This record gives sequence, C-alpha cells and structure tokens, in this order.
Amino acid sequence: MSNLHHDDHSHDNHNHGHHKETFISKYVFSMDHKMIAKQFLITGIIMGTLGMAMSLIFRLQLAYPDMKFPFLESILGQWGKDGKLDPNFYLALITIHGTIMVFYVLTAGLSGTFSNLLIPLQVGARDMASPFMNMLSYWFFFLSSVVLIISLFVEGGPASAGWTVYPPLSALPKAVPGSGTGMTLWLVAMILFIASALLGGINYITTVLNMRTKGMKMTRLPLTIWAFLLTAVLGLLSFPVLMGGSLLLIFDRSFGTSFYLADIPADLAGGIERVGGSPILWQHLFWFLGHPEVYIILLPALGITSEVIATNARKPIFGYRAMIGSILAIAVLSFIVWGHHMFMTGMNPFLGSVFMLGTLIIAVPSAVKTFNYLATLWQGNLRLTPAMMFAIGLVSFFITGGLTGIWLGNAALDINLHDTYFVVAHFHLVMGSAAIFGMMSGIYHWYPKMFRRKMNETLGQVHFWLTLVSAYCVFFPMHFMGLAGVPRRYYANSAYDQFNVFIDMNQFVTIAALLGGAAQLIFLWNFFSSMRNGKRSEQNPWESNTLEWTAPVEHIHGNWPGEIPTVYRWAYDYSKPGSEQDFIPQNVPDEGQVDEQVEPNPTHFEPSKTKAPVAARETVMFSLVKRWLGFAK
Amino acid sequence: MSNTTALTTEKKSIWGGGKSPFSVSYGKLMMWIFLLSDAFTFSSLLVAYGFVRHTYPSPVKNELIKPMQHLEEGFVEQMQHVGYFTDDKWPLPELVFNHFPFIHGMHLPLFFVSLMTFILIFSSVTMVLAVEAGHRMAKKEVATYMIWTILGGLAFLGCQAWEWTTFITEGARLDSNPFGPMAFAALFFIVTGFHGFHVFSGVVLNVIIYLNVLKGTYEKRGHYEMVEKVGLYWHFVDLVWVFVFTFFYLI
Ligand code: HEM
Ligand SMILES: [Cu+2]
Repeated sequence: MSNLHHDDHSHDNHNHGHHKETFISKYVFSMDHKMIAKQFLITGIIMGTLGMAMSLIFRLQLAYPDMKFPFLESILGQWGKDGKLDPNFYLALITIHGTIMVFYVLTAGLSGTFSNLLIPLQVGARDMASPFMNMLSYWFFFLSSVVLIISLFVEGGPASAGWTVYPPLSALPKAVPGSGTGMTLWLVAMILFIASALLGGINYITTVLNMRTKGMKMTRLPLTIWAFLLTAVLGLLSFPVLMGGSLLLIFDRSFGTSFYLADIPADLAGGIERVGGSPILWQHLFWFLGHPEVYIILLPALGITSEVIATNARKPIFGYRAMIGSILAIAVLSFIVWGHHMFMTGMNPFLGSVFMLGTLIIAVPSAVKTFNYLATLWQGNLRLTPAMMFAIGLVSFFITGGLTGIWLGNAALDINLHDTYFVVAHFHLVMGSAAIFGMMSGIYHWYPKMFRRKMNETLGQVHFWLTLVSAYCVFFPMHFMGLAGVPRRYYANSAYDQFNVFIDMNQFVTIAALLGGAAQLIFLWNFFSSMRNGKRSEQNPWESNTLEWTAPVEHIHGNWPGEIPTVYRWAYDYSKPGSEQDFIPQNVPDEGQVDEQVEPNPTHFEPSKTKAPVAARETVMFSLVKRWLGFAK
Repeated sequence: MSNTTALTTEKKSIWGGGKSPFSVSYGKLMMWIFLLSDAFTFSSLLVAYGFVRHTYPSPVKNELIKPMQHLEEGFVEQMQHVGYFTDDKWPLPELVFNHFPFIHGMHLPLFFVSLMTFILIFSSVTMVLAVEAGHRMAKKEVATYMIWTILGGLAFLGCQAWEWTTFITEGARLDSNPFGPMAFAALFFIVTGFHGFHVFSGVVLNVIIYLNVLKGTYEKRGHYEMVEKVGLYWHFVDLVWVFVFTFFYLI
C-alpha cells in the first residue's frame, strides 16, 4: 500500500515542461516554487517600503509636533490639512505600520520567500508537495495586501485600533473614524492572510516530512529547514485561533452580538445594548496567535543566520543538535506564554507568575542559540560578505533586544513598563531589527540563487553599516523614554511637560530614522539594478554545502536536470581536516564509510562518526562544554 | 526515480529521506495537518464558549417537568416567570431543546439532537465501509456506501435546519434570546453554524468524489485514496460534533 502511494506522488517527473509556458503561467500564476518565492519577496519588499514610509511620517510628527509640513497635505490630503498630521490618522498609521511589518513583511515576506525558495532545494525535492496550493497561497497573500492597501483610501481611514485591534475600538464601528470600513477591511485582509499562511504552512510541513531526498535524514537537514518547519507548525496551530477570534469580532461588529463588549449603552453600539462579553477574551485569543507570531517572525531569520554564519565562518555550526533542540523548545514554550502581554488586565497574580516563569524559561533556548552563534564565529575563517554582516547584526540585536525581554517578562516590572516606549524599543530590536537583518542576510546570500547574479558587495556593506547604526540610534534611546514613562501610541508628547523633555531625543531618533530610510534606498537600488547588471554568479558562489547550490544556475522546473542528488552527510562539513577544500557539499559520498543506507542506525541522532573538525582550533573550554552536552559532531 | 529505489534498498531508518516517514502520500499527510489546524479553529470557538459560559452561574436544576410530560403553550414565558430563563443565568439546554418534528405538546429533552448525532455517526460508519471497499477496489460498493454517507450528511443538515428554525421561531436571535443571556443564542448559532458549514463542505466533497467513483477515475488510477482523504475529513467533522454536542447540550 505504501509503495503504491509513494510511486504515485513522487514528484520526479512532474512539471517537466511538457506544456508551453506563457507569460501568465511563468510569471503570474506560476506554480514553480522559485518563482513563487520571488513573488513573495517582491511583494514583501513593496509592503516593507510602504510600512517604512509610514513610520517616517509619524516619526516626523513625534519629533516636530508643532511644525507644519506642507508635503503632508499633498500626499495625505484631508489627513494632512495645513501640513499637520491628523491625530486620528496618526493612530491609523501606527496600526497599519505594525500590521504591515509584522504580517506582510516579516511573516509572508520572510517565511514565504525563503520557505518557498529553500525547502524544495535544500531537502532535495522537485517542488513543493502541492505546487497548486503553493500558488494559491501567494495569491491569497496578494489579495490580502491589496485589501489592506485599499483600506488606506476609505472614508474614515484604515483601522486605528493598534495592530492588536483590541475591542472596543475594533468592535464598535462608531468608536473612532478608523473603526468603520477601515476595520472591516482589516479583518477581511487578515482572513485572506490566514488562508494564505495555512495553505503555505501545510505545504511546507508536508514537503519537509515527505519529500526529502534519499539520505536526507532529519538530522542532516540544514538548520534553515528546521526553522522553516517549526515556523510552519507554529503558524498552523496559532493562526486558526486568530481566525476564530476574528469571526467573533465580525459578529460583534456587524450582527449585534457582544462577545467582546461589556456594558455599552445602545446609542453607542448600533442600537443594541451590549452586555455580558469581555474585551479580555479577545486579548487571550489574539495573543494566543500573537506570541507564537513573534517566533514565526524570528525563527526563519535565526535559521538563515545559522546557515549564513556557518558558511561564512567556514566552520561547522556549533552544537547542531542543541540548535534543533532549542528551536523545538522555543516552539513549544511559545504557546504557553501569551499571558505576558496581559499582566495588566487584572489577571490572577498566580496565573501571572505561571506566564512569567514560562517567559523567563524561553531565555534558556534563546541563550543557547546566541552562544552557539558566537562559538561558531569564534576563530572562524570569517568571510565578511554583506550576508554575513547582516547575520552578525542579527545576533547583536537578538542580544540587545532579548535582554530587555527578561525585564518585560517580569510581571512586577511590567506594571511600570507596559505600554511605554520601553516596549516599543524592546520589540523593535528583538523582532523588528533582528528579523529584518535576518531577512536582509537571506536576500544577499540567496540572491544569486534567485536571480542568477550577485548583488553589489560595496553597496551591501554601506547598506549594512548605515542600517546598523541608524537602527540602534532609533531604537536604543526609546528605552530611556520608556523608563521615564512615555506612553506608546501617543500623538504628541508636547502636551505633557514630563514627556516633552524628550523632545530633543525624539528629534535625534527621527533624524536617525530618516538616515535609516535613506539606507534602504541604497538597498532597493542594489536589489533591482543587480537583476540586470549584477555580476553573474557561479553555481556555488559562497562555497556552501547545501543542496541548492548543486542545482544549475539557470532555473528549471524540477530543479535538477538529472536525478536528484543523494545526500551522504550533514550540511556543515566546513574545514574538515584531511579534505582538500574547506567545504564538502552534502551530496559528496563519504569515502571511508560504509554506505549510510545499510548501516544500522539505532537512534535518530547518529553517533558522531568524525571528530569535530575544528575542535583543535577551539579553546579547551568549548570542546569540554561540547563533550559534556554530548553534541560533538 | 530516485525515490523508488530508495524505497526498495533502504529499510533501516524511516526518517532517512527518500520516502515518507509515515508511509502516507503527501496528500493524506496534508489532510491530517489541515485537520489539526482546523481543530484549533474549533477549539478557539469552544474556548470562547467556555470563557463566556464561565461568567454566568450554572443553570438551575430542572424539577418542573419530566420527559414525555405535556408541554403547554407558552412554555418559554412560563419558564421565564419561574426564574428558569433569566438574563443572568445560563439556561438548561434540556429545557431549550425539547421539541421533535411532528410531535406537539410533549417535553422531549434532547431527543431530536440525539437523533441528529446518531445520523452523523451512522454516516461515519458508512464512510468507513466505503473506504474499506476502496481497499478491495470494489467500485460498486464504494459508490453505494458513498451515497449512504451523502444521504446521512444531508439528513443531518436537514435536521439542523429544523433545529435552527424552531429556535428562531421561539425568539432566539444573534442579539437577543428569550431563554437567557444573549451570548447563549449567539454562540449556538455561530458554533453549530460553523460546524454545519463544515458538514456542508463535506457533503459537497463527497458528491464530487462519488461522481469520480462512478466515472471510474479511481479505478483507472489504481487506488481509492481520495475516498480515504475525504473519509478523514468526514470523521473529523463527526468528532467535532461530539464536542459541540457535549458543550452545548450536555454541560
Ligand atoms: C523603519 C524603521 C521603523 C521605525 C522608525 C519604526 C518606528 C515605530 C514607532 C515610533 C512606533 C510607535 C508609535 C507609537 O506608539 O506611537 C512603532 C510601532 C510599531 N512598529 Fe515600528 N518602526 C520601524 C520598523 C518596524 C519593524 C521592522 C517592525 C516589525 C516587527 C515594526 C513593528 C511595529 C509594531 C508592531 C508597532 C506597534 C504598533 C502598535 O502600537 O499597534 N516596526 N514603530
Ligand atoms: Cu509575547
């Protein structure tokens, strides 16, 4: 029976170009995972540019609350009358900025791009399990983006309840201008988005589990694939909950129910008195997605970083199995800590301490990852390509942003810090900047795989340094404002003396943000012009081990012209003693070794067959720790 | 075909690549994964139910009327008078759902919904038989059992329509509810409606598969795996009903 199933669905000879390709089938409704990856990426970049432009507009407002900017009237119309940003539109901007950055750029744009590009190529499959569903996944995402953008133009403006759309602002269409059509469209966009995420996720998981090539054990998968796999699992289990929650929200908005509303008189609520519900219910349902969502954002970036750092340090990743273990631990823990966003809802202090404990425990696997990155870099033969710089940048942000997470996870401290700029600083470093750096790293690294050319290296370095400096200058000062109590989501702080003292700091931040924005223009130029003018890439430009570089530079359906390569080793045989090159691709047979496939294999985790390659160069302590933890490879 | 070679030479590690670790096709695996995520969608609604339900005191125990007793006109108003149906108490489901088609004036607590549940479970049994017949490549039998399954699904949907109609004629709406808190009615409509939507999609899928069976698509393909896949979905929908039933009618 299983034999029969397998034959039937192995994708060996599917899509082998029997049909004629038209422009539409190649570039628009493409079912090729490499093209879909590019579609995700470019849509993500467009949305990212939009989200960034929004942040610059509201940064101007925060820094110069009393100044007039005539250009605002020309681009925003009624929302920028006389060059002043409308207060309601300020809220709308931060809401859409957050939504775009979190979902459209760093979920679809990041995981969508790289899961699509790398899963089939790195596990050795001809394409995704279901190329058709994969195509649908992109088009749902596209539609969702269109709906969100349309919502910018409706009367009353787009949703303004914050990216977390808490009721009652989101549940009562008359609450604020953006609560009307704008909010409805936000929900429509989100439901399309969830459909896209589920279609994609089902595909990613299935492909990783079912379609690995011969010899590609789970313990030989590159860490990118582990990260994408767990990301998909997180999305698959948490997005449905947001779907359920949104369904109830739609009923509250349009059909007079009151799941999220308590004690709202009839004249405020469309003629029906709303009693008996609770806005806290929404918060639970939202954050059950919301917290895993930050890992949905971060894990792919971490996976990319693992790959880029190992390749460019010419060293095996330190603690491969510990890395897998920590991804698994993070994935499991991320489902039981959502309450740390709700310490201030009057939750039972005992429950609060449970959520606090869980949150602090996540610091452990996170630290494991950080130290493993550092240990991989340690005494490596570093090639500081732009991709490598951004990967190291990620590690830096992961530390600076992660440390404040420990503050915020503390229920008692959070009473002071909740809803202040401290939170804004924290999540922009650990989720915003870190993930954007991971994404950039991935773009520079796999650009040759996507577009057959390399991006300009010098521009890449300039882009990196400007972005790094400006990101720290933008987000670091926000910690101090937050500690002094400056609340987030405020239109103008000049009304309060104790907050207005930060006006100089705010101006500094805004100038840094403008600089950061300018740096992204360099990136955009580099990205788009390299498609035509970049240096042609050789097949394996970074001398990397993973399977995608064994595929030809030219894209073909089915990825490999002949048979799919068989895998004989893990992805991290860099600088192996005794080998001529400092890298050994995964498809190179291991000579002094019995054929893997017939060798008895008592556990999933094969015992180490070779000594840790660079152990000699590592400090005694590292190798001792490695031995204690038992993950010498 | 590197995959097939792998299958024959490699027997040791099921996770070694080159084959499915669970010995299932990608399509079936996808169905499993989808069902897992759909389970979370239903869970979110049932959790919301629990959350709301928890804010109300438990229903009063019924000491007024026994099964099969005469049901007077204006029963609902009567219950409101004696304090069984009030805005601040969750109503007792057996007093709410106590009608049966064509039988008037008799208190039949949860009889009808039990029948519905039985119909749905019955259709799951016929689905199992269809899958089993598929393994034997018995086209005729597959078709017969699929028809029974489809009929079961339609019967369930019909029953649900009747149940909703009765509830609505008695005054229940999304935003008002003569039986008690308005959330009771709203949740009832949303959760059973969402489940009914799943049953409806299942019936549509079953019909498509049935037509393909008749056309001989699967016979040509050499296996009836599609029947298995819709079968998984159908059993899942059935299982979810058991939970919905328990939440709304029993506790
Ligand atoms: C381009 C550089 C960026 C700048 C200058 C920036 C600036 C800001 C500022 C100042 C706020 C707070 C506004 C307020 O509370 O009044 C904010 C909110 C937010 N930003 Fe960014 N941001 C940037 C990039 C990002 C990125 C990459 C992410 C991705 C995670 C992100 C996610 C968010 C979220 C989720 C919010 C909260 C929105 C809300 O309160 O509902 N931002 N941003
Ligand atoms: Cu969280």
